[in-house]
Amino acid sequence: MTTVYRKSAGLQDRELHYCPGCSHGIIHKLVAECMEELGVIDTAILVCPVGCSVFAGNYFACDTIEAIHGRAPAVATAIKRTHQDQLVVTYQGDGDLASIGAAEIVHAAMRGEKFTTVFINNAIYGMTGGQMAPTTLLGQHATTAPQGRQKELHGSPIRMAEMLSTLDGLAYAERVCVADIPHLNKAKKAIKKAFELQLSGVGFTFVEVLSACPTNWGMTPLEANKWLLENMAAYYPLGVIKEVQGT
Amino acid sequence: MAKELWKGNEAIAEAAVRAGCKCFFGYPITPQNEIPEYMSMRLPQVGGVFVQSESELAAINMVYGASASGVRAMTSSSSPGVSLKQEGISALSSGELPAVVVNVMRGGPGLGTIQPSQCDYFQATRGGGNGDYRTIVLAPCNIQEAVDMTQEAFDLADIYRMPVMILADGMIGQMMEPIEWHPIPKREVPPKDWAASGRRGRAHSNFITSLRIDAPDCERFNRALEQKYKTIAEKETRWEEKDAEGCEILITAYGTPSRIALSAVEELEAKGVKAGLFRPQTVWPFPSARLAELAAQPSVMAVLVVEMSLGQMLEDVQLAVQGVKPVRFHGRVGGMVPSVEDIAEQAGMILREVR
Ligand SMILES: Cc1ncc(C[n+]2csc(CCOP(=O)(O)OP(=O)(O)O)c2C)c(N)n1
Ligand code: SF4
Ligand SMILES: [Mg+2]
Repeated sequence: MTTVYRKSAGLQDRELHYCPGCSHGIIHKLVAECMEELGVIDTAILVCPVGCSVFAGNYFACDTIEAIHGRAPAVATAIKRTHQDQLVVTYQGDGDLASIGAAEIVHAAMRGEKFTTVFINNAIYGMTGGQMAPTTLLGQHATTAPQGRQKELHGSPIRMAEMLSTLDGLAYAERVCVADIPHLNKAKKAIKKAFELQLSGVGFTFVEVLSACPTNWGMTPLEANKWLLENMAAYYPLGVIKEVQGT
Repeated sequence: MAKELWKGNEAIAEAAVRAGCKCFFGYPITPQNEIPEYMSMRLPQVGGVFVQSESELAAINMVYGASASGVRAMTSSSSPGVSLKQEGISALSSGELPAVVVNVMRGGPGLGTIQPSQCDYFQATRGGGNGDYRTIVLAPCNIQEAVDMTQEAFDLADIYRMPVMILADGMIGQMMEPIEWHPIPKREVPPKDWAASGRRGRAHSNFITSLRIDAPDCERFNRALEQKYKTIAEKETRWEEKDAEGCEILITAYGTPSRIALSAVEELEAKGVKAGLFRPQTVWPFPSARLAELAAQPSVMAVLVVEMSLGQMLEDVQLAVQGVKPVRFHGRVGGMVPSVEDIAEQAGMILREVR
């Protein structure tokens, strides 16, 4: 018998709590596979956020630390500085990273902290039930923006990968999504590249993953992936945003 | 060993390094700036890590990261900055992570003044952040004690896996005094097998979290904390007394005011008044039992609490004394410091009144 598929050794044997069609589960798998392929499950330290992925520590096979809301980059700064040869990763949602933790991510990037951030941008506060995030698209409905996000009232959505790329400390930023298999494969390559660059010590590495939250978007999983490709990817361009020469 | 002249803030920083502190994270604020400044020079010499953080929030969360991955870490600040650290102190308590936090208190509320104060006593001893937690709070009254307490704080934090606070008023941070670098008795510290520092062959992964979403689980955890706090109250409560047995007026003070109160006690004694001093060295756990015992002596006519606040430790004293004797208060605030004369005069007045 040939093995067609197996769960990554980077994940524990647990049932995930994520909703059907949620991107979190897929991204967990990609991160775990990259850790496994690089042979670092035994040394990696993952910092999880506050948000739907708050239980990520129950799923990953490496050591994990749950940070409070938005502070994962500060937590990871101390870990990486004291464990320089180990892979250190923060996994953060858009409320966590782009709103309450905006200062922490900007300053970690500015200092060129040598860890990787996997940024789960689903344009909504998932865990608390669909409130507006800084990344919510113009016109997109949220429980705290019932008429839809308006530019005059809320400002335009923030493009974190581009903003952070203005900082010299950031060595690599790419935006990906997992809405279909070709994109998923690209996403995995980006995460693996970020990890490899981290381990070679070039600087701060950042992968933004446009993600689906069918539950709070009020869509089926298929509709959500379609909406993501048509609307989110139009505002948040996919691809490499920055790659420092020589890396 | 020879005595050396040290400034309080720098002595605290050096004491931390000698205690094996490997990381310092902090944000500038007066009157504690010499601590991060000293650390930025000193820690690289011993292979340690210094980061000037973007805020006090970031600093305490950096401490959280270092601690969760098994490394001895410290942060320091002064009152407004310590307010920002409360989020992280609560998380450290919940994650059961060791940490040393120094508060060189200044007058408040708000931006207040940069002059010395003791106005953060409630914040330090009642938890300060969200949740039912305590921190061990050590209150030095001179630089030698600040140095000794800082060194021991790291062991206490590791033994009980919780944040330990050095609660110093601005005077302790800014003053220079001769001190001696004598070896601090090392306490037995358990191995950090809980740390998330990478599995390295460990059969299971370690997961540090402050989240316990199921209520029964969360209650069980809170009960375990309660037990831990009881053990600490039994084993780690500390105080000092001077002529407190057989006194008529028992003056109670901690930190800088306790030194001034000691002079007042001596002045009163010279005039034939039986005065005594009770000085808590740990303000959490508070030495309630001994204070109650002393206050209950037939000789004691009143207890006088002296603080650089509007009366915060006063409440712990009242709780301990349980109304068996009158408890009076003398406080200076906003950066002002009580004087020997004022304390002695207050004591005399109180005695005349209660006799
Ligand atoms: C200090 C603090 N403020 C607010 C919350 C409540 N909270 C929990 S999850 C969350 C939003 C998370 O949204 P996001 O980061 O986008 O993650 P997602 O759930 O969408 O993956 C908020 C506001 C909290 N736990 N802590
Ligand atoms: S609420 Fe949204 S982000 Fe959270 S698990 Fe469900 S689909 Fe995923
Ligand atoms: Mg989100």
